[in-house]
Amino acid sequence: MNNPEEIATTREFFPSGELPVNLSRRRFLLASAGVSAGAFVLGLGLPLGKARASGASEAMAPGTRVPAFLEIRPDNRIRFYSPFNEGGQGVFTAMAQIVGEEMDADPASFIVDNAPTGHQFQVVNGRMRITGGSMSVRSSYMTMRRLGALARSMLLQAASKRLGVAVDKLDTEPGRVVHAASGKSLTYGELAPQALDLPVPAPDSVKLKNPAQFRWIGKPVKRVDAYAKSTGRAQYTIDIRVEGMLHAAVQHAPRLGMTVGTFRNEAQLKAMKGVHSVHRLPGAVAVVAERWWVARKAVDAAQVDWKEAAADASARVMPADFSTQAYREQLLRAKGEGETAESAGRPGKALDNAHTVVDATYWSQYLHHAQLEPPSTLARFHADGSLEVWVPNQAPDMFQADIAKKTGLDPDRITVHSPMLGGFFGRHFLYGPGVPYMQAIELARATGRPVKLIWSREQEFLRDPMRPMSVVRFRGGLDARGLPVALEAVAVTEGASEGVANKRRGKVDSSAVEGLAGKAYAIPNRRIAQLYMKTPATLAYWRSVGHSMNDFFYETFLDELADKGGQDPFELRLRLLEGNARLTHLLRELADLAGDWKRGPFTAPDGSRRARGVAMASPFGSQAAAMAEVSIENGQVRVHDVWQAIDPGSIVNPAIIEAQVASAVSLGLSETLLEETVYEHGMPVARNFDKYRILPPDRMPRVHVRIVESGAKMGGIGEPPLPATPPAVVNAVSHLIGRRIRSIPLSQHEFKT
Amino acid sequence: MELEINGKSYPVESDADTPLLWVLRDELGLTGTKYGCGIAQCGACSVLLDGRVIRSCVTPVAGVAGRKITTIEGVEDDPAGRRVVAAWVAHQVPQCGYCQSGQVMAATSLLKQSPQPGDDEIAAVMTNLCRCGTYNAIHATVRDLVNGGPSPEAEKARAEAARASNRDGGAHA
Repeated sequence: MNNPEEIATTREFFPSGELPVNLSRRRFLLASAGVSAGAFVLGLGLPLGKARASGASEAMAPGTRVPAFLEIRPDNRIRFYSPFNEGGQGVFTAMAQIVGEEMDADPASFIVDNAPTGHQFQVVNGRMRITGGSMSVRSSYMTMRRLGALARSMLLQAASKRLGVAVDKLDTEPGRVVHAASGKSLTYGELAPQALDLPVPAPDSVKLKNPAQFRWIGKPVKRVDAYAKSTGRAQYTIDIRVEGMLHAAVQHAPRLGMTVGTFRNEAQLKAMKGVHSVHRLPGAVAVVAERWWVARKAVDAAQVDWKEAAADASARVMPADFSTQAYREQLLRAKGEGETAESAGRPGKALDNAHTVVDATYWSQYLHHAQLEPPSTLARFHADGSLEVWVPNQAPDMFQADIAKKTGLDPDRITVHSPMLGGFFGRHFLYGPGVPYMQAIELARATGRPVKLIWSREQEFLRDPMRPMSVVRFRGGLDARGLPVALEAVAVTEGASEGVANKRRGKVDSSAVEGLAGKAYAIPNRRIAQLYMKTPATLAYWRSVGHSMNDFFYETFLDELADKGGQDPFELRLRLLEGNARLTHLLRELADLAGDWKRGPFTAPDGSRRARGVAMASPFGSQAAAMAEVSIENGQVRVHDVWQAIDPGSIVNPAIIEAQVASAVSLGLSETLLEETVYEHGMPVARNFDKYRILPPDRMPRVHVRIVESGAKMGGIGEPPLPATPPAVVNAVSHLIGRRIRSIPLSQHEFKT
Repeated sequence: MELEINGKSYPVESDADTPLLWVLRDELGLTGTKYGCGIAQCGACSVLLDGRVIRSCVTPVAGVAGRKITTIEGVEDDPAGRRVVAAWVAHQVPQCGYCQSGQVMAATSLLKQSPQPGDDEIAAVMTNLCRCGTYNAIHATVRDLVNGGPSPEAEKARAEAARASNRDGGAHA
């Protein structure tokens, strides 16, 4: 997951193994080129694509076909179709900044929607389209800047014709083309009709701005969605309504793989007031009604004798005796050294010769995504057999391809709408039975009416694919001075990628070891390995993926080595990073932000005993360092402050980055302090937020952010602030209580005040 | 049954035990109020009943007939609610936004009940969950409101955003 190139080429990221297919024809091969008044003169609200100027879209590189992305209204408001979906991370705003910068149009004048499917929008490294892997901005930055520059060029050419002056005598100001000599100017809205009729210039014919001249990139530009989201006007899939729509609710089989046997009260449910129909689906029963509450009440009352999965079932099956406790014990008992993911020097020999050897085993837990918007899908068949689907997703073309494969419909006849996401954190990829769209499509087909299916929270927690659990066996060797000279880590786990794909690709799943592998510390002898252990539970990507637990393992074990060797953990990190100017600087910035490094324990002004911990991570192309200050309060850990210095190379919006750091810190704390998905008898014990506790407001610490722009290659921002947070907290706790904590969540441990 | 919502009267057909949330969302099309858990844990469904915040997912509709209901769709018609929205935008609180209708309603209720609440009072009312972790932004915004904020410029920006949203349709960013 860490390397977008790798994702793009190995397709590890595509859960179904399907490639995003080129589906641009339906959208863009419409009327003959340039005949109609084009998109530039459209008012808002016209269906996308219907009036698009056409052309040889297949031949145009993704991210260059200006009219597919932009509409400019006469009043100068700009509608932009984003290749990336907005789910809180601020990408709609970032896109408006990036495109607006080169176009010379104020991001505040942008109205942003998620783009339809199609080749033109496959701008992730010019090859694919996903909103994930913290890749949106860094993978499309130059493409989207060039798109803005192409639009500006077309507007300049249109103005040149209108004013009868050469292009090189014209310039732009935000939202207008100006002719300095005559003092004349034309707004973009006035120029839009002519601009559209022009062919898009060759992408390499436009010159991009010198970053020193940036007006909006790098500035804390206001989010384009703040008002809509403060007033309930933002629409999520769960909110979409179409004429004639019915509502559906399901009851899933208690364990994945089971099928409907006897449906004892089917007739009774059908007779309930407001119920339209009752359905048997693969692994579920459904009630369709005029209102969702009626459907939900009815389906909750369904009495079904579920049949065990057939012995030859190819998909995952959850056995009746599965428990997370037993599975963890199985991981702890597993024998074998696994497959090597990263090695250096001669770790075996170095451990044999080490002055001191430290052995320790760490583990993590399963986690739910617990995004607040429960999954839903609205499906509508048209009279001509074509299908429209509204579905929360992080990869619309992949969803379209998957629906085509499963329904037998031609992809050209499937329209995928991608409304805003009520949080995602990795929840909305193709997860087989973990997503509701095939159920909704089946119900729409069966009823002949549009159907909106919503999974209740309880049904969601029964099918939500989880962040993997892992056990890591460490051995560390110290020399006579107490400095680490060897480190071995064997992660006993099934990685997210191989879990999602339900098959192994190669020997090591990089998502299983990222954060153990790829660390920057100069420990000369290393071996990082994965010992594969398949789980029956369904797995998923979860914000920062393998890093969400592996940096916790590594960075807390590093503190353990520091303690054993009599080293200060902060100084040890600096020492192991000698010669690494970027990370040394980052660590010093962190200390500066936090008012210096003081490990403690010390007594705070309020009388509480406190300690601090430090940790680092190198996730998704960015570098992060975190410090946390904790105390024990009423038998539980209180995190008072988290400081984080983050270096994504270069930035687009510092305000959004600060918000993302706070967000990732809160999720990292949530998994550190509270969260754990527990299975017993093949079923999750917690089915709602009463038992699956997520971080509440009163456990949120102060968060202090320092953005460092080193100028290195641009990295991600949505996920990178998470991984250093859990180990910073746990390192502080371990030091405070004088005993190493080797597993999360901390709620499973007892603390004395 | 008749409900009074945002100053308007709505005839309602749903059964008496239907949670208010689903009457709002499905029968009346007021989808700004969100479903998150259905068991009064997350607060995404928060609305005001006679000016006080309640969790509509566990409130049978029969119990609220004849009382004044305010949803997020009507919050800007309330002077306190208008201030809260202006402050929410000025402080750039929302991330995914899904919980924010409920957060805005909770903050509006807080200010209506107690114009100068202390930190304990704020903590007692502002208990809604946010998976994006906007808690600190929410707290800072509420503190600003308690201290007389937001600024007149923030209110102007809110009013301008409201005009733009009404013109362009509210469904978009």
